[in-house]
Amino acid sequence: MERGGYEAVIGLEVHVELKTASKIFCACPNQFGGEPNTHICPVCTGMPGVLPVVNQRVVEYAIRTGLALNCQIAPFSKFDRKNYFYPDLPKAYQISQYDLPICRGGYLDIEVEGERRRIGITRVHMEEDAGKLVHLGTIATTPYSLVDLNRSGVPLLEIVSEPDLRTPAEARAYVERLRAVLLFLGVSDCKMQEGSLRCDANVSVRPRGSQALGTKTEIKNMNSFKALERALAYEIERQLDLLEDGGCVVQETRTWDEGKQVTLSMRSKEEAHDYRYFPDPDLVPIVIDDEWVERVRATMPELPDAARQRLQSCYGLSAYDAGVLTATKDSLDFFDACVALGGEAKAVANWMMGDFSRLLNQRGEEIAESKVTPAALVRMLEMVREGTISGKLAKAVFEEMYASGRGPDEIVREQGLVQISDEEALAPLIAAIVADNPKVAEDYRNGKDKALGFFVGQVMKATRGQANPQVVNAILQRMLRGTQ
Amino acid sequence: MSLCSLTVHELVTLLQRREVSPLEIATSCLQRIEAVDARVRAFLTVTAEQALEHARAIEGGRGLAGIPAAVKDNLCTRGVRTTCASRILENFVPPYDATVVARLVQAQVVSLGKLNMDEFAMGSSTENSAFFPTRNPWDLERVPGGSSGGSAAAVAADEVIFALGSDTGGSIRQPAAFCGVVGMKPTYGRVSRFGLVAFASSLDQVGCLTKDVTDCAMVLQVISGFDPMDSTSARMEVPDYTAALTGEVKGMKIGVPREYFGEGVDGAVKEVLQRALQQFEALGAVVEETSLPHTEYALPAYYILAPAEASSNLARFDGVRYGLRDETADNLLDMYGSTRARGFGPEVKRRIMLGTYALSSGYYDAYYLKAMRVRRLVKEDFDRAFARYDVLVTPTAPTVAFRLNEKVDDVLAMYMSDIATIPVNLAGIPAVSIPCGFVQGLPVGMQVMGRPFGEADLLRAAYAFEQHTGIRALKPGLEVA
Repeated sequence: MERGGYEAVIGLEVHVELKTASKIFCACPNQFGGEPNTHICPVCTGMPGVLPVVNQRVVEYAIRTGLALNCQIAPFSKFDRKNYFYPDLPKAYQISQYDLPICRGGYLDIEVEGERRRIGITRVHMEEDAGKLVHLGTIATTPYSLVDLNRSGVPLLEIVSEPDLRTPAEARAYVERLRAVLLFLGVSDCKMQEGSLRCDANVSVRPRGSQALGTKTEIKNMNSFKALERALAYEIERQLDLLEDGGCVVQETRTWDEGKQVTLSMRSKEEAHDYRYFPDPDLVPIVIDDEWVERVRATMPELPDAARQRLQSCYGLSAYDAGVLTATKDSLDFFDACVALGGEAKAVANWMMGDFSRLLNQRGEEIAESKVTPAALVRMLEMVREGTISGKLAKAVFEEMYASGRGPDEIVREQGLVQISDEEALAPLIAAIVADNPKVAEDYRNGKDKALGFFVGQVMKATRGQANPQVVNAILQRMLRGTQ
Repeated sequence: MSLCSLTVHELVTLLQRREVSPLEIATSCLQRIEAVDARVRAFLTVTAEQALEHARAIEGGRGLAGIPAAVKDNLCTRGVRTTCASRILENFVPPYDATVVARLVQAQVVSLGKLNMDEFAMGSSTENSAFFPTRNPWDLERVPGGSSGGSAAAVAADEVIFALGSDTGGSIRQPAAFCGVVGMKPTYGRVSRFGLVAFASSLDQVGCLTKDVTDCAMVLQVISGFDPMDSTSARMEVPDYTAALTGEVKGMKIGVPREYFGEGVDGAVKEVLQRALQQFEALGAVVEETSLPHTEYALPAYYILAPAEASSNLARFDGVRYGLRDETADNLLDMYGSTRARGFGPEVKRRIMLGTYALSSGYYDAYYLKAMRVRRLVKEDFDRAFARYDVLVTPTAPTVAFRLNEKVDDVLAMYMSDIATIPVNLAGIPAVSIPCGFVQGLPVGMQVMGRPFGEADLLRAAYAFEQHTGIRALKPGLEVA
């Protein structure tokens, strides 16, 4: 079998927790963490006789997301019950949307290795999250399990893509793009490690050029972008191996084992649940008129694509730089804040993508968690422009700003880092160094340009880097030429 | 005559004149419970001490303040056991009040406790209570009807001044008919369902059981209205129901659907109804025969839809968070299985299985979806009828109260006793059952159905009828030994 003759077909189901103030069907706070069972009430614990009331903000966030993903917003949709027993599901059914989701038929454009592709969005629907089970050790060996219902009733959107993705890299690009859009919309904080963005994949393989779909497997438990890419790569290989050996793929649900870096069978098609979906009689249909949609559209924030174009056209940034700066909402907000404070766009971009980004990566921190404020960065750039500090000194100052959160003026003053641009102060020092090194001075006069660099280095060393290099250069040239 | 035998409006008058105190009334009811409930067995929980303490603190005279009442045990009461007459909730104490209970508390009604019922409101005789059957005060060898049998019997036996019940397919009206009291099932959405332990959410509605129509209007007034905690409750003004009690039905158009007088309806019951209809004509109403052609499909459709919803609604009783749990089970699946096997009675299990089957993949279209279509046809029958008639009148039940154990082994015969009440729930319209005569010393109920939110029309017709018959004066012969 020729592997090159095959292609993978991937569709993704992404669940995101919405960051509304309260849960989807009750007034409990929607907060990650907290002592177990402290954000609960009779409704989200499924007590007898209680009823759900839909949080209108959840509907609004769903509309907002649908619009950003170019979906049609259904004028009429409804909630359904998905019935199954599990201890983390207090009512023994999850309120979800089955055949009439709130959004349908959209798309998301992604870019992989410079190639732009349009990925179809089948649907977006609203549902409630379940609680969590806490085991002693593993689920297989624990003598008992505890139930924490803080997460029960947290609002979720499920975003289902068409099977338009062909490679693990495309799948990753799709989720990254989707995440950026959701962050820009402000509907979710999309933290994969906290589970506020979760992703399942449907994967099959088929001969290139074929229109028919191969038998698919569903992959669960991919908790990072890296896991997503690796799990898909593994699963595609596994399916191709099966076909190569003359076997066939079995329709089943598989789980990604992060430790072993393999996908393992969870349950077959025959063992799949019959969820007995039916319309939830406790909730009324969701009727959305054009006016509501337009009201939400009018308050839509700028999306990544639009922001990228703006950065290119308004500030002359390269497509690449604009892409990096608009990768997250926080990064764009930081950039915009700096520019608004008078920061020069290109300098701000260089610092954000250079030292700032390097330090964030080293510490594994997010821009929003950083102690550096836009005002501090802009002030530091101003000091460079004014010649108060050199570009080299600025690096040291920035590291200190990052570490302590103090302003550049304070750091410079305290550490005596102000750049020495005063010719009268520098001239005697430079004269002494030249006098101490007559051989090098001679070399320079004989045309060895490198010799100038030696003197500059000596001056900088003597001033602990505080001398203004341009001023030093000018004095040196004058002195060396002058003594000729 | 003791205070407990009076109506709400009679007691309100006495309270306003300061001739009696809430404490005296509560004491009278508690003495009556003491005297007769060992035989009637209407109560699952009597909260005597709390009732007396509460009654002492109330002035009375304004609205329902100081009037003793009790509620069906599927209405959640904060701090008071709420069992649904089921082993699975035998020791369940809710930390919240149902909205209707909160409204009674707000109105300073004195709560006497919780009333017996068929387990999870599934049944027509109160014999499906996991604890004991309630008896009919008119004949202790007969059933009080169900599922709100405890509520109807308690009112008929003067143990309470009024009671609340719930009605999913006739569970207020049929026991009201069997016990000779007034039972109102309001329009779906008129009264909040929050805190009513769900049986079939799209059919359930809370209502009241009272000694006469005036009391019905007074209690309905208090429990009706929009509730932000119930998405299906209606955002509509509640009219002044007592204003409908004019005694006047001249020109009112009454339709009599012939399908409700067919095979299976006791001949003597029909005769009582015919006399009642003549009474309406004599009062100046226009009485005409009409047809609701899809009536015969209502019962089968109901026995798909109600169990389907119930199978999902009762899934939460899984032993994990509250209620019964089989602690001897080795693993999760066995715990689920044995908890529910021990916790639910046979009728509840039957309906869970029926409903689970009807919703299963491959059967959904043939059962659930088909039943939903039938439901729409039934509703359209009523829409057409109410284009011509103000109200429709039928028997509430095909027979008078039957004997205990008579239908326990014949499930279909038991189901048939709700044949006249079920279409009302499918259509979501209001209906009231009022006493209209007797057959062999047992009360016969007349059902008056109305347009959605037309409770005032029902009350007007029912009150006019009540004013011109002497039926209210009769009481069951429960002489204290």
